[in-house]
This record gives sequence, structure tokens and C-alpha cells, in this order.
Amino acid sequence: MNLLGKLDWSAIPFDQPIIMGASAMMVLGVVAVLAWVTLKGWWPYLWREWLTSVDHKRIGVMYCVLALLMLLRGFADAIMMRAQQAVAAGGAQGYLPPEHFDQIFSAHGTIMIFFMAMPFMIGLMNFAVPLQLGVRDVAFPTLNSVSLWLTASGILLTNISLVVGEFAKTGWVAYPPLSELQYSPGVGVDYYLWALQISGLGTLLTGINFVTTILKMRAPGMGYMRMPVFCWTALATNLLIVAAFPVLTATFAMLLLDRYLGFHFFTFEGQGNQMMYVNLFWVWGHPEVYILVLPAFGVFSEVISTFSGKPLFGYRSMVAATMAICVLSFLVWLHHFFTMGAGADVNGFFGVMTMIIAVPTGVKVFNWLFTMWGGRVRFTVPILWSLGFMVTFVIGGMTGVLLAVPPADFQLHNSLFLVAHFHNVIIGGTVFGAMAGYTYWFPKAFGFTLDERWGKASFWCWLTGFYLAFMPLYVLGLMGMTRRMQHYDDPSWRPWLILAALGALVIMVGIACQIVQLVVSIRTRNERRDATGDPWNGRTLEWATPSPPPAWNFPLLPHVSGMDAFWTWKESARAKQPVAKDDRDYEAIEMPKNSATGFVTAFFAVVTGFALIWHIWWMAALGMFGAFVTFLVFAFREHDEVEIPARVIAQAAGAHQAEAVP
Amino acid sequence: MNVAVAVHEAHPEALTGAGEAGPAPKRIVVAYGFWIFLLSDIVMFSALFAGYAVLVRATAGGPAGPQLFNQTSVAIETACLLASSYTCGLMSLAIVSRRRYSTYLGAAVTFALGAAFLGLEIREFAGMIADGATPQRSAFLSAFFALVGCHGLHVTIGLVWLVVMMAQVAVKGFAAAVERRLACFSLFWHALDIIWVGLFTVVYLMGVSP
Amino acid sequence: MTITPYDRAPGDTSPSGRPLETEGSPALVYTIGLLLAVLLTATSFWVANTSLLWPPGVPLGLAVLAIAQMGVHLVFFLHITTGPDNTNNTLALAFGVLIVALVIAGSVVIMDNLNANMVMPMNELMNLHMQH
Repeated sequence: MNLLGKLDWSAIPFDQPIIMGASAMMVLGVVAVLAWVTLKGWWPYLWREWLTSVDHKRIGVMYCVLALLMLLRGFADAIMMRAQQAVAAGGAQGYLPPEHFDQIFSAHGTIMIFFMAMPFMIGLMNFAVPLQLGVRDVAFPTLNSVSLWLTASGILLTNISLVVGEFAKTGWVAYPPLSELQYSPGVGVDYYLWALQISGLGTLLTGINFVTTILKMRAPGMGYMRMPVFCWTALATNLLIVAAFPVLTATFAMLLLDRYLGFHFFTFEGQGNQMMYVNLFWVWGHPEVYILVLPAFGVFSEVISTFSGKPLFGYRSMVAATMAICVLSFLVWLHHFFTMGAGADVNGFFGVMTMIIAVPTGVKVFNWLFTMWGGRVRFTVPILWSLGFMVTFVIGGMTGVLLAVPPADFQLHNSLFLVAHFHNVIIGGTVFGAMAGYTYWFPKAFGFTLDERWGKASFWCWLTGFYLAFMPLYVLGLMGMTRRMQHYDDPSWRPWLILAALGALVIMVGIACQIVQLVVSIRTRNERRDATGDPWNGRTLEWATPSPPPAWNFPLLPHVSGMDAFWTWKESARAKQPVAKDDRDYEAIEMPKNSATGFVTAFFAVVTGFALIWHIWWMAALGMFGAFVTFLVFAFREHDEVEIPARVIAQAAGAHQAEAVP
Repeated sequence: MNVAVAVHEAHPEALTGAGEAGPAPKRIVVAYGFWIFLLSDIVMFSALFAGYAVLVRATAGGPAGPQLFNQTSVAIETACLLASSYTCGLMSLAIVSRRRYSTYLGAAVTFALGAAFLGLEIREFAGMIADGATPQRSAFLSAFFALVGCHGLHVTIGLVWLVVMMAQVAVKGFAAAVERRLACFSLFWHALDIIWVGLFTVVYLMGVSP
Repeated sequence: MTITPYDRAPGDTSPSGRPLETEGSPALVYTIGLLLAVLLTATSFWVANTSLLWPPGVPLGLAVLAIAQMGVHLVFFLHITTGPDNTNNTLALAFGVLIVALVIAGSVVIMDNLNANMVMPMNELMNLHMQH
């Protein structure tokens, strides 16, 4: 019995120079960072304040850091694909062999969706929702930490696949029979499945955490119709997570059973049914895209109303539209496989439902426009991202409605038209929303604003680059080019692909601007200090705290009597109305204690995942046992809270009151 | 800056409607969070149920439900699980009234009944496998073993959890955290019986009806 | 934080979770639930095996009995009610039931539709595959 399962030295692709180069860069980068941290002596601080933190604000920042790093990784994949397709016309084979190209487009999709977009949105929700609700933390802080680190585990496993083994070559959706053992005998699909099962568990726990927080933990007086719209979209998003992710878990479990134990869910033999995978995958897959975009909608609602100086237009219809999208997103999933055998009546039903779901989104767009109308719009970086979103997302949505017509989809399914459509909505929606939220909440998290000039430069590069990169893909799709092509015969496609590659380069400049922006902002942070805690003249409760907020968020839980609670208070203070003095004394506050549970659980998750991928059964058993022991240690711990004395609270509150603009 | 109206202005009667009284007590928050988790678990089972419903006739020339299922065994399993749900309820009452030995007794009986259920199920699986009705035989059998096996796995996890909880009661007594976790266990155990109702109806009873 | 009577945790036997100071034996609720569940289970087994019923109606009957028994569990063991203190719990349950129904019914309808449109039956496809 082989002690290391399928693992041996042949797992490292020494014969593939491009992969070895990329691996070397990645490993060197990681080692360099670890070495730098060690040399600077930062480990005790990092361990104490960040890695074991159960504070939602810290966890939110760490999610966003992971997302930004994976943006670079996923974008590298994109540049490689654009370069390949720009040259591989006629008889040319380009520089990426098919086996490698297939891994690149699979990794690109998997990384961008699961390890960039999701963590970014979850990070923003983590940071802002408890603050906006006027409470001290989420319902289950330690579980929150576990979620973060399980996501990091999935990321780590995926990145290990670059160096040791291979990644899936099936596309990010991994349809059988290609993803079955017979046609994917290597470890690639296993890396994909285990990384996503592990991070999927983390995401599910986040969903449970936030649904409970939003429904059961709000400041006194904050009824449902007084919550900020970002919290409503967070609620809808997390309800979707709770409802959809279990389906993905079950579907991947079935594929894993096929691959590991010879079951016949999706194989030819034994009368398995491959279309059932497709069906169940998209039952998850469609709600997933709404999970990606709803938080972005929430960000835009906050940003647009803040920088227009007006309350959000049509609050009630916004809430109704959000919850309508939440329910409707479960009624459209077949539109992802119109061409795969369903009859006209079934196709027709789902086509109509898909068109209907565009309506609440349209309502939202009109509400944003009406919010800006008559307001004094300040053209800050977040507003630029919002305007870019509105134009871009509407175009993407319209091509979506076009694809929703089954006969049209028969022409365009799996062509570059489809690829252009979903990038249009995901980049225009989720990515632009992430950038807006990042810029908007950065000062709250770190105490200084980001540099405006580099922010604007980055925005214009992203916007121009996006259109340059993806509008040609619409044309190519209509010309008949399918997706995922490693090379192609028709030379008339090439100019468009060169244009698209150019667009990708412009986006790269945009990303570079963001990196420069961060470095410059940190260097010149004293010039842009946020002393008052309210740099944007905000409307919601997070702006009532110092920047960065203390661990306990609010010294006294705010009593809310209407929407835009913070704005209402500021207005009455400005009008010199007598504000009833809050005569409550500051009391000691009990905050949840930091815990290594999340980090250690993740360690065992990575061990278990790696072991299962390589069939190292004893190591998998050890990993699972380790995770179980970690759980026991957590369950039997004596102290789970730390008390912050009243004078510390009073001191911090006093300091903030002195700085804050009345 | 205090974003607060004076306390005296916030009349308790005015704090009507869902959740306007401030964050709910931890007991409610924990139980509700677990309730949401249970619903997510039930959605996972529904995906497995859907798979079973689609593949129930995909027997690939092999054995189908009527040839395999023993209704007597299923009836006894059902009785065991249902009874264990009942004893779990009695255990909950003992916890609420802080009767420690009744709690241990309720837990022990619940464990025994749950283990009996599991034992019978394992015996059923072993018998099927010995007869060549393995999950590798056909898609139908794959779906059967996955669905029923997933439920059995949940029962196993529940039994382990119950043992851990009794250890917690022994070490920490009826501390608030222990009581919250026991409430979650009860929810879990009752939910497993609800899923079993669906399971024995769809898989065993509909599978063998003439 | 004040204990509000407007809110109840799922599974709570009383609004505040404190020992019941009220009338009757709480064990009675569980016992009634058990007896009802036993009755419904026995009926299910009978329905599945009897020849007295119209055969096409049997699956429907079994489904109704199963749903009734799930209801018994929810009410008598999990104490889910439709009172205002239970609104969140019931709403969450309703959402879950909706998703379950959509997943199962949707999948069955779609897969049925797809299978019906397959060019040749699965058996023949499998035989073809095994021929080479």
C-alpha cells in the first residue's frame, strides 16, 4: 500500500516551462511575504489581532484582501487567454497547449467567481452590515472566523494545484461525463471539487450567520422598514446562499461518489443521467449570480444616496424589488441549458420567467436615477463606479434578455456572445460594486481615504478596458465563434481578438493604478485622515463611529426612530433642535474572545482536502480527526468572552465626540 | 457622538413589530441560527431526493425496490427513530427543569434507540451488498445508497454529538451555553425524524406498493 | 437585553424558555404527538400494502399522510405555531418548503421532459456503448 497514495514526483509538471515559471513566481511571492513578516517581527501582532480575530470588521477586511489577491491570479489567467487567442489564428497553435489552455479557462472561472467575487461581496457585507444595523457583531462571531478560513482553505488548495498536480480541464462548471473518472482520470477535477466543497461550507455558514444577524439582531427601534437598503440586499443574498449552496454540496457529493466509489449518478454505465448534473448545478448556479450581484446593488444604493445628498428614492419599492429578485431567482435556472433537450413548452416557461426577473432590476435602476435627479451629485470615485455600473449593467442586462429568448439562445449559447454577456453583468455589476464599496468604506476601516486621482485613473482604465475587451466578443459571438477555443481557423476573427487583448491590457493598467493608489494612499495617509468618522457626510449608522471603529462598534446601542438614522440625527443637530440627552451611563461591554478555532480548522481542512485529492487515506483520516478535536476544544473552552471596562468605553467615546462634526 | 434619542422617548409599547426591541437574547439567536442551518440541510436532502426521483427507474437491468426492501425492518427502524424523537423531547423537558439524572436517562434511551436504528440500517445495507445490490450496480442503487446513507450519516453525527453533550453536562452542568447547544441538538434530532418520514414514504413505501 | 414576549426560539416549550409554570403536563404534548405519529405511520404502511385502495391513488395518499406526520412533528415536537411570537420561525420554514418544492418538482418535471426528448431510450444507448 502506497503511503502517499497517488502522489509522487511526477505530480510536479517539470516538463511544462510556463507552469513552472508561474509556480516559481507564486511560491517566491508567498515565501517573500512570509519572510518579510518574520523579519519585521509581526507574527505575534498578526496572530493576535488578525488571524485569530472574530471581529466582523477584521474578518471583512481579510475577505477583501483574499479577493484582491485572487483578482490578480484570475486576471493573469485572463491575460494569458487573450494573448493566446490573439495569436492562434489560421494554422498557428499559439503558446499554450490545449491541456494547459483548458486548465486556464477552468481556473479563471472558478477563481473569479468563488474566490474573487464571492469573498469580496461577503467581505463588504461582513464589514458594513453589523455597523449599519447598530449592533456590535454578527450572531456567531467564531463561526464567522471559521467561514473566512475555510474560504482561504479552498483558495490555498486551488493554488497548490498549480504546483502539485493539475487543475480541472472541464470548464468551471465541470459537466459530466467529461468530469467523470473515465475522461478526467487525473487529480484536476478532484482539486476543483474538494476546494469548492470546503469553501462552500464556509459560505453556507456565512449565510446562516447573516440571516440570523439581520433578522434577530438590530439596534432598538430598527424595524425592518428602517434598515438600510444594503442590509436588505444582504438579507436577500444570504437567504439565497442558505437556499442554494446545499444543492451544490449535494451535486458535488454525487460527482465525488462517482469518482471515488464508482457510483453511477452521472456515468454512462449503470444508466446514470448526465443532464441531472446540469440541472442540479444550475439550480444552484442561477441563484449564485444573484448572490454575486445583489450586494453590489446594495452598495450602489448607499453610494448614490450618500453622494446625491438625498434619501434613496422609492425605499419600499427597492425592498420589494430585492425580495422579488430573491424568490424569482429560483424560477429561471433552465435558461442556462435551453439547448440541451428540453421541449418548447418548458423552454418557453423559463424564457418568460427570465424576462420577468429583469423587471425588478429595472425598478432599481429607475430608483437610482430618480435618487440622483434633483440632488447635488458629488462626482467622487464611488459615484463614478456607480455611473459606470448603470450604463454597463443595463447593456449586459439587455443582452441577457436577448439570450432569454430560446430561439435566439439556440444561435448564441456557448458562443462568445454569452461570454460577453456574463462578463458584462458580472464586471459591470459585481466588480464595479466591489470597487465602489472598497473606496466608500475604506476610510471607515483604516482611518484615511484613498487617493482620488489614482482612483479616477483606475476607474477610467477599467471602464475603457472593459468595453474594448468585451464589445468585440459580442461581435465574435454573432459571427459564430464559440467559447473556450485554444485556436481557430477563421482569420476574420483575429482583429476582434486583438482588440479584446488590447482591452485586457487597459484593464491591467487599471489594476496597476489601484495598486499604486493603495501604496500612495498609505504613504500620504496623514493628509487624508478621517478624523470625524464621517468623511462623506453619510446617512447610515456606520458613519456615527470613529474611523476605525473600536471593537465594540458603539459605546451605547443607538436607539433608531426612522430610516437613515444618522442623517436624521445630524439634521436635528444642524437645526439646533434640542436633542434629548442620552443619560445612560457607559457600562462594561462583553465582547467575544478571539479564537484560533477558525485558523486551525482551516489547517485541518487543507490537510484533509489535499489527502483526499491524492488518495492518501491515513492523512485524510488524521485531518478529519484533527478538525473534530478542534471542535471539541472550542466546545469545552471555559472563557468565551472578554470584558471591556466601562472607563475604556467612556474614554473612546469621549475622544470621538470631541472630533466628530456636530 | 451618540446617535440616540433619550431612553424615555422610546416607549416600550412603541417597540412593536419584528425585532424592534433590540438584539434578541442569545438563546433565541442561537436556536434561530440553527433552525436556518436545518432548513439548509433539508434543501440538501431535497437535491438528493430529486436525484433519487429521477433515477428510481434507472436499474440497469439490476434489482429494483420491490426486490430489495424489507418492510418489517423498515417498520422497526421507523418505530425506533420515532420513539427516540419522543425520548429526546422528554430529555428536553428534563433539561428545562434541571433534572440531571433524568437528562442522562433520556439521553441514554435516545442514544440506544438511535443506535438500534443505525444498526438495522447497516444490516440492511450489508445484506443488499452481499446480494450484489451494490451502489456500483446501477444509478438507482447509487441514488438509494446516497440518499438513505446521507440520512444515516446524519444520525451517526447526531449520536456522536449526543455523547459530547452529555460529557458537557457532566463537566459544565446546565450552563447557558450547554443548554443552548442541547436545544440545537433537539432541533436536529427531531428534524432527522421529519426527513425519515419523507424517506420511508418515498423510498420504501412508494417503492414497493403494488 | 430585555426578554421580549414577541419572539420565541424554535423548539422552545415556553416564551421565555424557563420551566413551564403553567397547567398540564408538558410531557402530554409530546405523548399526543407520539401517538398521532404512530397512527399516521401505521396507516402509511397499511396504505402501501393494501389492495383495498385504488392503486393510482396510493402515492397521493402516502404523500398526504407523510405531510401530515411532518406537521405533527413540527407542532408537537418542535412547537412551531402560527402565533406572532413564532413569525420568523414559520416564515423561514415556509421559505425552506418553497425551495424544497421548487428543487424537487422542478427537477422531476425538467428531467422528465429531457428524458422524453432523448433520441433513443437509455437502455439502447447503454447497449450501444457496451458493444465496442
